[in-house]
Amino acid sequence: MKPPPFAYHDPSTLEEAISLLSTLPNARPLAGGQSMMPMLNMRFAQPDHLVDLNRIAGLDGVTVEPDGALTIGAMARQRVLEQHPEVARRCPLMVEALAQVGHRQTRNRGTIGGSLCHLDPAAELPLVAAAMEAVVRVAGPNGQRDIAFADFAQGYMTPEMEPEELLVAVRIPAQPAGAGHCFLEYARRHGDFAIASVAVMLVPDAVGRIAEARVALGGVGAVPLRLPEAEAALRGAPDVSRAVAATKTLEPMEDALVPAWYRRHLAGVLLGRALVIAQSRMGRA
Amino acid sequence: MSDVLHRVRMTVNARAATIAVEARRTLAEALREDLGLTGTHLGCEHGVCGACTVLMDGAPVRACLVLAVQAEGAAIRTVEGLAAPDGTLHPLQQAFADHHALQCGYCTPGFLMLAMAMLEENPAMEEAEMVERLSSNLCRCTGYAGILAAVRSVMRR
Repeated sequence: MKPPPFAYHDPSTLEEAISLLSTLPNARPLAGGQSMMPMLNMRFAQPDHLVDLNRIAGLDGVTVEPDGALTIGAMARQRVLEQHPEVARRCPLMVEALAQVGHRQTRNRGTIGGSLCHLDPAAELPLVAAAMEAVVRVAGPNGQRDIAFADFAQGYMTPEMEPEELLVAVRIPAQPAGAGHCFLEYARRHGDFAIASVAVMLVPDAVGRIAEARVALGGVGAVPLRLPEAEAALRGAPDVSRAVAATKTLEPMEDALVPAWYRRHLAGVLLGRALVIAQSRMGRA
Repeated sequence: MSDVLHRVRMTVNARAATIAVEARRTLAEALREDLGLTGTHLGCEHGVCGACTVLMDGAPVRACLVLAVQAEGAAIRTVEGLAAPDGTLHPLQQAFADHHALQCGYCTPGFLMLAMAMLEENPAMEEAEMVERLSSNLCRCTGYAGILAAVRSVMRR
């Protein structure tokens, strides 16, 4: 196998990269390459121009905002985030998810921005972004704009971005005090994309009751899904069986190996397990 | 435009190497075709099997998922760099032989480089982590028990 021929561009600034993407026909950006390179090797992607983002300085930072939120540069490597103390402190859900993103070898190259833009329906980091209510920052020829992740994940592998725009950072609000989190997935082999995955965040009030519940599911829709019925069932006096029953309304995609009913079944099983773990980790606000 | 050759300077097994490649050349192909280092094997060519694992600036990466042009300035290590100049096998290579960690040998260079990174990063690694790390590469012959035994045998107890 061999990628189709393309012209390679190696800009050193963001402005230059955006200018290349806006002027060259059929140009695609290349981040960590752990999804783009397979697509090139298999010729699913046939760009005429490839704009490599790896030499652009300053796109891989991790900063803590005054309100405790994390701002993570799009080119931050997954393996760096997995080991980063501020990520562990402020978004342990992401660390738990990262352990299941491919393998260490792929995480050494793969980036958070690449994963969010590739937007595979079963990928871990988009699910974390959905559960954490992340906001992505996109830069284009007319400047930058912020988009709530829920709006960014527009459709199947389709981020809400123009071809000449680049995701530059993602802002992740800090996990609220006392919150209990859990990320679980089921894949046939470790490192494969999940058949179904779940991210749960339970936010307590001052006496330790669930004030806010967030339930996000991956692999069961075109994009990561929040499950409002389950979230409502968990607030106050939590009704776990009603929350799990909310997965019965899911309409997952089918493929040759995995029928829709199995993904739906797994979503319920994983949600039940994740809620037990998240509750055990929850404290008080 | 797309058949432009790009000059890439890198260090391969501690020796300077300069090649001229098309942009679409993967690092794995460049090692094999341009530098004659055919120890790095290509299996799936889409990042699933790990046969092409090499060390890039010390970290194991899948060489089929890196473009050769992206290796500009990088230090690459391949299976050819493991044995001593006189041909004496690296202890890890010897352990693979001793523990029957290979049959057909196709996946072996990838596993060796993966295991080298493990050994260098944490020579006192727990078994569970060894299993997790080794799970990133595929072997269709051995059933993995021999590979795990070989790696375990060179780890500091």
